[in-house]
Amino acid sequence: MSNGAFKAFWAVLTVLAIIVAFWYAACIPMNIKGVLTEQERAGAVVQPPSAKDRRDLSEFGLVLTNSFAIPATWDQDRPRLPAPHQVAVEMWETTVQKKITSKRSLVYHAWVTLSATMLGFAIGTGLGIVLAVGIVHSRVMDLSVMPWAIVSQTIPIIALAPMIIVVLYSVGIQGIIPKAVISAYLSFFPVVVGMVKGLRSPDAMQLDLLRTYNASRAQGFWKLRLPASLPYLFTSLKIGIAASLVGAIVGELPTGAVAGLGARLLAGSYYGQTVQIWSALFAAALLAASLVGLLGLVERKVLKRMGVAQ
Amino acid sequence: MTTQGTTTVIEAKALDLTFQTNDGPIHALKDVNLTVDKGEFVSFIGPSGCGKTTFLRCVAALEAPTGGTLTVNGMTPDEARRNRAYGYVFQAAGLYPWRTIAKNIKLPLEIMGYSAAEQDERVRNVLELVDLEGFGGKFPWQLSGGMQQRASIARALAFDADILLMDEPFGALDEIVRDHLNEQLLALWARTEKTIGFVTHSIPEAVYLSTKIVVMSPRPGRITDVIDSPLPKERPLDIRDSQEFIEVAHRVREGLRAGHADE
Amino acid sequence: MILVLFAFLLWLLGWWVNGRLASGPYADTRMVRFLAPLIFGLTIIGIWELVVRGLEVSLVILPAPSLIAVRFADSLSVLWADFVQTIIKGAFSGYIIGCGAAFLTAIAVDRWEFLRLGLLPVGNFVAALPIVGTAPILVMWFGFDWHSKAAVVVVMVFFPMLVNTVAGLREATAMQRDLMETYAASYWQSFLKLRLPAAMPFIFNGLKISTTLALIGAIVAEFFGSPTLGMGFRISTSVGQLSLDMVWAEIVVAALAGTAFYGLVAMVEKAVTFWHPSQRG
Repeated sequence: MSNGAFKAFWAVLTVLAIIVAFWYAACIPMNIKGVLTEQERAGAVVQPPSAKDRRDLSEFGLVLTNSFAIPATWDQDRPRLPAPHQVAVEMWETTVQKKITSKRSLVYHAWVTLSATMLGFAIGTGLGIVLAVGIVHSRVMDLSVMPWAIVSQTIPIIALAPMIIVVLYSVGIQGIIPKAVISAYLSFFPVVVGMVKGLRSPDAMQLDLLRTYNASRAQGFWKLRLPASLPYLFTSLKIGIAASLVGAIVGELPTGAVAGLGARLLAGSYYGQTVQIWSALFAAALLAASLVGLLGLVERKVLKRMGVAQ
Repeated sequence: MTTQGTTTVIEAKALDLTFQTNDGPIHALKDVNLTVDKGEFVSFIGPSGCGKTTFLRCVAALEAPTGGTLTVNGMTPDEARRNRAYGYVFQAAGLYPWRTIAKNIKLPLEIMGYSAAEQDERVRNVLELVDLEGFGGKFPWQLSGGMQQRASIARALAFDADILLMDEPFGALDEIVRDHLNEQLLALWARTEKTIGFVTHSIPEAVYLSTKIVVMSPRPGRITDVIDSPLPKERPLDIRDSQEFIEVAHRVREGLRAGHADE
Repeated sequence: MILVLFAFLLWLLGWWVNGRLASGPYADTRMVRFLAPLIFGLTIIGIWELVVRGLEVSLVILPAPSLIAVRFADSLSVLWADFVQTIIKGAFSGYIIGCGAAFLTAIAVDRWEFLRLGLLPVGNFVAALPIVGTAPILVMWFGFDWHSKAAVVVVMVFFPMLVNTVAGLREATAMQRDLMETYAASYWQSFLKLRLPAAMPFIFNGLKISTTLALIGAIVAEFFGSPTLGMGFRISTSVGQLSLDMVWAEIVVAALAGTAFYGLVAMVEKAVTFWHPSQRG
């Protein structure tokens, strides 16, 4: 490892350590009131003894007068803020220690969300590329459709999600498809915009060169425009897959779905199962990071092979 | 320091500078000795990697030497920098695109805390000096490359520094514009009596402009020849066809070749 | 069925008009660039109306545009109240706090090498995560009202804004920095006169990305709990009652708010970064 990378590694590690330390520290004031109520019920002497008095006091004051309760703030059943190790334990128990077919397995829920994400992403990307090619080759489509594709980027189109779920349900479609539809249209527009930009990226000199060869339009597309568009395509694919995942998660919210990371988030928020919310959140984060990371890897391989990147 | 009415402005003794890079150390300057007197026009010429720009950057305290001594106006380069002893003109104009030409010239004046009235006065003076009257309200990207470079010279002249350091200021311009700017630069030097350090890779440019030509060569960067120009101070463009000019140019070329043959 | 046929004819007409415009002599004028998408949009709405009426599509599947327009006009006060709750109180306050905090953090990150090395990779990582998932937690902490929505927006816009601003502050070239050095400019002089203006295109990029994120955050967070007010609340309850015309009316509001918010930031950008090649046109 070079000196610079080593330094960066330690810097990241330090920042992460600070975040974790801050997280543990934040658990104390966040959870102290709940802990004191529990401890009081269990027979401990807390200051002040009445829950009503405590409600109006600041968390920090309560921590000072009841310092004996600090360890308990990291070990509550339903804390306002679960400690890092509680989330880690929950994730371990719901992944490694559960059969993946179990309804309580996080792997199972992640898979439900992932499959919808991937299906939608594939559809959205495919259609997006097709439309982009159309826009680049047809002046009419460029003039008519492109402005709308750009405007769509400024609109929270995710707000359509609940309606799509319900409407498709009412015509008898449910399960993976409605979520995939949401994932698809969320990844569709970034891909269209990025791909159009990419297909237009060759400069006048490069296009003129092909004209001197009397190359056909199709040759120009396959030999120049398409390869030139790939770096742009990968950039928008990374945005698109993150959007697809958000779409699948949000798509699991409105129907009271029983499976998927979104359903875990919602169920957790209904029943106050904060540890479950946090572990679902981390699972979603891991999923997003690995999807984007995987795309980055493919990007590097493809571009290297094409000689676009070193 | 003072002998017969001349003052030493820049003095380098046994100057050394080694850069540590991933490919091992690079000896950018080795045992450089040079004295520049007040009012001189000194050109530094040599192939790339000979340390001419590095030396100028050392004078400007943009690089720190690793050995030897270097004084500017009798101070360390960093003290001189803090005293705003010099104006620096880079290879590119480097004007800020969000400021008009006049506002660009005001940039150092704002930083150095000149009054608003004084700023306006100085902007008017230097714009006239570089022949850009009436362009103060334009943005840099509305001007040609040559005009941009003239504006950047005006920026370096706007405050009271008696040294002007120029790092290949006309390198990116075409021959005709370059000739014109060279002529203007000489006129400007005559009017302002500044001490000028000028990095170039063009032999005619160096000979035409300078009172002293420092020939350098690379690996390690060092001085191979210092030529005091016999040309008169008054120099029309056609002086470049004179016998004296050709002789000086010849000697510079010989110096460059000698440095090259060392390898 | 006749209406469906009309829809088809309308499609042909729209296509023909735009085709004429695109291949005509005025194809590159502003007028055509404005008209063509407008004609396309109107054609789509016309076809939508005709097909829905012609095939007698159920209201609970796809209401006709005219019905949506009527619903929109009838519910102006409700839509306005929802807009204020979600966009002004939730999205807008969160946007200002989040972008402001990210800007200040970016200055610190830019100033201290260690923070840049340590915090920036973390920020880049977090910027790609489905942060909207923090909504249930923040709703639990900050209550059902707009404060929790603003908190979600803060978390959503913070990292994209941070990453963009830090990149912008490093945008000034080595030569421009050296120039400041030759003037013996102080840190803050060089910050205000060089690095901040040079960073503006990046900062505005972050601000523009954040407008959409802010709206998404504020609306989606309401799916996890809200008072009986707000666009996300209205969408989820109207979906439950199968009054899709109301859902569409809210979506129209969201679309208008999104474009207006983005357009506003883009306008300020044009005024501030008029000098940048992308704006000089």
